[in-house]
Amino acid sequence: MKLINMFNNIEEKINEAPVSRRQAFNKAGELGIKTLLASLPFALGATLLPKKSYAQSATIIEVLNFALTLEYLESKFYVTGLAAPSLIPAGDRTVFMQISKHETAHVAALRATITSLGGTPVAEPTFDFTAGGAFPTVFSIYSTFITIAQAFEDTGVRAYKGQAGNLISNDAVLTAALQIHSVEARHASEVRRIRGQKGWIVNSDPGGAPPAIYTNENNLIQGGVNISTFVSAQAATEAFDEPLTMAEVLAIVGPFIV
Amino acid sequence: MKGKVMTHIESKKNIPEKTALGIIEKPINRRNFLAFTGISAVALTIGLQSCSDDPVTPSGFIDVGTGDIGVLNYAYALEQLEAAFYVRAASAFYNGATSEEIQILTDIREHEIAHREFFKAALGTSAIRALEVNFDSIDFTSRASVLGTAKTFEDLGVSAYNGVAYIIQNVDYLALAGKIVSVEARHAAAISDLLSPRTIAFANDTVINAAGLELTNTPQAVVNAANGFLKTKISANNLA
Repeated sequence: MKLINMFNNIEEKINEAPVSRRQAFNKAGELGIKTLLASLPFALGATLLPKKSYAQSATIIEVLNFALTLEYLESKFYVTGLAAPSLIPAGDRTVFMQISKHETAHVAALRATITSLGGTPVAEPTFDFTAGGAFPTVFSIYSTFITIAQAFEDTGVRAYKGQAGNLISNDAVLTAALQIHSVEARHASEVRRIRGQKGWIVNSDPGGAPPAIYTNENNLIQGGVNISTFVSAQAATEAFDEPLTMAEVLAIVGPFIV
Repeated sequence: MKGKVMTHIESKKNIPEKTALGIIEKPINRRNFLAFTGISAVALTIGLQSCSDDPVTPSGFIDVGTGDIGVLNYAYALEQLEAAFYVRAASAFYNGATSEEIQILTDIREHEIAHREFFKAALGTSAIRALEVNFDSIDFTSRASVLGTAKTFEDLGVSAYNGVAYIIQNVDYLALAGKIVSVEARHAAAISDLLSPRTIAFANDTVINAAGLELTNTPQAVVNAANGFLKTKISANNLA
């Protein structure tokens, strides 16, 4: 729980960003840019502010250690699942071996990146994949295993997405994080389809996974544009994945960390 | 070069463009476009310099532009291509399409339309015009051709977004690109799995490297691939 507290402190720092968007907008006005912004298309004009206005407090190392913690979780989960006798049907084993290979590689890549930036990789926590007894059959009944797999993958996609902005100052790290982000999305799609779900998230449907993972996935408004004016509301929710904050992610994965 | 490019734009000024969906689009309004890119004297100067000095913007090509707006237009161009492809594929499904395949292709069509229309609305007058496609190389009656092309487009799309995200200066645009790229990755996995079920195809070792990172592609590489399916050719040589 110590780890969780550490990350919660980071999240608080992020939320205390030095300049709020409203303040930044007012500053823009003081500089005489307001009129120009007002003349731009709404969706762009409202957000056409320099990225410096959004200076975040979470350091890149802190974000990478947050990501590393999630990768430890996923890596250990698949290694354990693949080792469990008679859990994964032979026909699906290739898929989970491939996913496991990626998660293990992500752990190594993140540790190496953190070290190369002068940081110290966090130690691997001890995990309880039953989440305190909530999922006692996680490594004995396949349907439970793949439900938790979907939960971790969809959470991972949302977690990386939520941190992209905090990495905007470092092109290489941002790119690497996004290169992991899309791999997690591929995993999520595959696992969801193995479960008989669509590869994409429909509304906020948890599909049997913890509902908190799908909070706000039913959002229809993107950059001020209502997507349901172009396609059905359901398709609008499927077409855009939503981010989660670090605090939201930690609340989801917290029960799996001893 | 400058004269050529500008002449080209002028010549297109009053010609309505027909989209892949057959909708007549209002042509790009050059005055508005220049007004937008000219929000600062510096930006305008850079824009003109790249017009006059940059020999790599080919005449007759639609250039997506530079900076954040360039990245958004680049994405808009790719989403136009994808949407047009799935609209066509779903207008008459290939022989033997299963109900699952029809569902997936129909869903993706709606997602790509949503992406295309989002960029169009968000970009407003700074959007590039509607692109005309050329799908002569695709056999829409063939499962292998349709799903193979879909895989190409989805893999290309993910690598394209991942390859230009670092250019984006505005965090809100970065967030929006992130919301879309993961859906493209979900598509890529689903299509790949249809072609080769329950194998490593959904995230194979060609698109994911040994470090577990998905490959990126430069705008030049992406544009070269995309132009093979476009009648209206695009260029993206000035993005970064």
